[in-house]
Amino acid sequence: EPETIPQVNLVPTVALLLGVPIPYSNIGEVMADMFSGDGDAVSAALQQLSVYHINAKQVDRFLQSYSLVAQDLPAEQLQHLQELFSSAVEEHTQLLTQVQGTVVPPELEPRLGSLISRFQHYLREARAVCTQSWARFHPLRMVGGCTLIASSCLLCYVASELAASSQSFCCSCLLYPLFWGPVGAAVLWLVHVFTQEGLDLLLGLSWAAAVSQLGFFWHWWGQHLKRALLTGSQLPLASGGLRQRLRAWLGLAFPMGILFFRCGAMFSDSFVVAEARVAPFLLASLVMLLVGKLHWDGHLTVPEGPKQQLLGFSSYRREIWYLLCLVAMFLVCVRLSSFFHQCREEIPQCRPSVFLSPLASLRNTRAKNLFYLLCVALLAGLVYAVQSWLRHYGNLNSSDPLVLFVRWGFPLVVLCIACYWAVASSADDSLGKLQELVQVAVVVFPRAVYGLASTGLLLLLCNPMTVFTKDTRESAGCIVTPYLGVPGSEVDFLHVIPQIYKRMQESQKSRLERGSCRATVAAYGLGSVYSAALVIALTLLGFLLMLLHSERLSFAFLLLFVEAFVLLHIHTCARNLAGDAELFSVPWYAVISWLLAASQFFYSTGHQPIFPAIHWNAAFVGFHLDHNTNLLPAVLVGANTFASHILFAVGCPLLLLWPFVCEMSNSQRKKLKKESQEELQEVEEQMMEMRLRESPEEFSTALLRLGLKYLFVLGAQLLACVCAAMILRRHLMVWKVFAPKFLFESLGFVVSSICLLLGISLVMRVDCAVSTWFSQLRLR
Amino acid sequence: MREAGIGRLLAANLLCALSVLLTAVLPALLLDGFSVLGTHLTWLCVCSVCVATLNIILHLVLKPNQSPKRRSFAHKISRFLKCCIYFFMSCILFHAIIVLYGAPLIELVTETFLFAVLLSTFTTLQCLCLLGPNIQAWIRVFSKNGAMSIWESSLQITSMCSILGAWFGAFPIPLDWDRPWQVWPISCSLGATFGYVAGLIIAPLWIHWNRKQLTYKSR
Repeated sequence: EPETIPQVNLVPTVALLLGVPIPYSNIGEVMADMFSGDGDAVSAALQQLSVYHINAKQVDRFLQSYSLVAQDLPAEQLQHLQELFSSAVEEHTQLLTQVQGTVVPPELEPRLGSLISRFQHYLREARAVCTQSWARFHPLRMVGGCTLIASSCLLCYVASELAASSQSFCCSCLLYPLFWGPVGAAVLWLVHVFTQEGLDLLLGLSWAAAVSQLGFFWHWWGQHLKRALLTGSQLPLASGGLRQRLRAWLGLAFPMGILFFRCGAMFSDSFVVAEARVAPFLLASLVMLLVGKLHWDGHLTVPEGPKQQLLGFSSYRREIWYLLCLVAMFLVCVRLSSFFHQCREEIPQCRPSVFLSPLASLRNTRAKNLFYLLCVALLAGLVYAVQSWLRHYGNLNSSDPLVLFVRWGFPLVVLCIACYWAVASSADDSLGKLQELVQVAVVVFPRAVYGLASTGLLLLLCNPMTVFTKDTRESAGCIVTPYLGVPGSEVDFLHVIPQIYKRMQESQKSRLERGSCRATVAAYGLGSVYSAALVIALTLLGFLLMLLHSERLSFAFLLLFVEAFVLLHIHTCARNLAGDAELFSVPWYAVISWLLAASQFFYSTGHQPIFPAIHWNAAFVGFHLDHNTNLLPAVLVGANTFASHILFAVGCPLLLLWPFVCEMSNSQRKKLKKESQEELQEVEEQMMEMRLRESPEEFSTALLRLGLKYLFVLGAQLLACVCAAMILRRHLMVWKVFAPKFLFESLGFVVSSICLLLGISLVMRVDCAVSTWFSQLRLR
Repeated sequence: MREAGIGRLLAANLLCALSVLLTAVLPALLLDGFSVLGTHLTWLCVCSVCVATLNIILHLVLKPNQSPKRRSFAHKISRFLKCCIYFFMSCILFHAIIVLYGAPLIELVTETFLFAVLLSTFTTLQCLCLLGPNIQAWIRVFSKNGAMSIWESSLQITSMCSILGAWFGAFPIPLDWDRPWQVWPISCSLGATFGYVAGLIIAPLWIHWNRKQLTYKSR
């Protein structure tokens, strides 16, 4: 059985063998067998003693300076160690005075052995004291926290399925636990008041959360039993229960299996290090599996007539080429996004992407100019694309302040960003006398962008309707101008008759012009009013975040927008092909793919979940000198780091809204062709997003379910990171890999949740504005 | 009759599985310095060629879907050319998909292409042998109730198993174990091979187990 030694012992041994000083914070014990030398046992012992002395002096100095700075090492143990050290050193110096050269008097020889063992005892005790105090975990709190997160995930899952079944008691299930939480916290506070202990805020909040979750599960279980009693009396139990349940589980296995692999990858340090490649791989697999599943279920082929079934032939629908093009574009975007990765320091042979360095660091002016023009062209292209999308759906017609901002404010923002990039990337020495102007410009342009973006967001919040109304109804005013008094003379009567005649002429003219159509209110852009508001918000946020990153990362942001757009279209196309009638629920694969794309772009915007990879210079965009507070630079750096989380979380409601916006009327037209001609007058109009307003309860339930599904998937990833950090807390790479990953994932969770709430509240704000608009129309 | 069919399928599949195993062992006796991990590209070529020839021979001998019409020689030549073109196109398509999944774009092109050839041999070649160069029949077979004979069920199972095997074979790549089989594309091609062999063995067993539920529409 070979002897095992702690790894920290390598540090002083190698340092002393090389002849360099032992590192300052070492708490290892030197391996004295290496320092025996060639002589006899006595000279070996003397050499070992000197080596131990050096090591002990280093440890003592470290402990003394540490105890001056921090107080987590217990004072009496430090005192004891100090006594051990001083007595051993005293005896050693005494011994050395009695030794001449390497000749040791024979009576001192047994003292050498005991002195060596005293030094060893000191060093081992010092390490034990440090280990005990530093590598200290609270296992109970860790398990409690994991359980709380797991039950929250379960709550989200159960609530999202619950809301599907009935809307009435989902309110009771979700509202009452909100009251239970503070009650539980109050109980805990009372207990602490009686026992005279201090109340830990963390424990109090956890207790409140646990109590409210218990309340939810208790309500849910009661309702579940009631419902089971009701339905159990009506239907007998299905006979093929096990096989059907297995099939249902297999149906869910397809997106959940990918989520399982993603969470399982958090437990291996190699997979966490390589997560920049794992997330795109899983996302591509998810999309291909979706296409494969559609193919397997026969949704991609033309529905077979009896003749085709006989021949055994099948042929694809025409929409499949559209789907295949989208999938190909999606895969190309995913592959291209791998060119923007940053490197971790654990992988020495990795080269960080060339697009991460700012333009100012390029030496070749031609390349610099070319990249600058490309970046500005990308920004202009993004503005053009957003404006043409809005124009296509009729949202750019009105003269509201928001629409004017989209038409003129967006190009202005692009101009400011372009000027800022031009000034920031110019060489320091080339401008000479314009240095002061450059300093001012470097501060003014970003602040102009901040101001414009916040103006845009304020306008969006105040009046999010981008609808142009054309009212051709007749005004319900009086026919004649009213006048007071009795008509005294014939002149007054003569005054009335021409007005009546003019009014009759106008109404006849309008009736003749439009045939049988009634006068109506035409609203342009009402079918995509929710999505338009979200798209405008996302574009503004995108500009803000592009400003905080280096210039050439605008390629990555363009890939982000293109990939999100293509993903939404793939989702819509898959729904249309599968003939999914339930439009108010977002399937799991869509939510999981949206979150995988968010993780993918965390890495593709030049970030890694380690501290050295944080882009600190994002805090100085628009602020040339030091900051006064910590809040503003924290917000800027946080927005830079979690840019993709912010964009994808705010854009999450698009998963619900996009199938309504891209409502395919082709299927309806084809149905009409098959049916007889006399039903032509029952043309079903395209309602797009107004279909959501037809059933407002279902709309709000759908938003709630989408939010709960998103939180479930986020929570599952967070749970995996937390469990990995808990289980692997003694792993070699815990402080390099697992703990930073846990911190980044939890901060990302907080940011994503807040932005998800903001996105959903924006949709609800638009809903309120649309209701107000409708009520105003009805009043007139 | 049905049992005899399953027996023939089992024999054919076992022969294919055996041939795959032999390609790993036999060339070491004939060529010196050959090993599956060491000279992996050679092994990929040998395996693809062996599996392809064996499958072609088996289908010419066994003729599982006999068409009664006698075809002219020119028709046969055109069919053969069409098969070759489809096979080549499927190799290119697999190569593109593998690169889009994350394989290096410019480096290691030969390795990626030979892996694509191996995958095509396991999937497309079987389709070509069994169904001919008829895309509509392929579409029909790879849908839920589209298999019309036990050979087509077996085709479904072996194709899906080999692609799943290749997908799972990508998992060990990021691990830092420094094994020789973690080099690209060894783990993926070995995964595809294991999946193919497993599919060959599982398919007759699954068909035998489900023989009551499997009702094939007669043509």
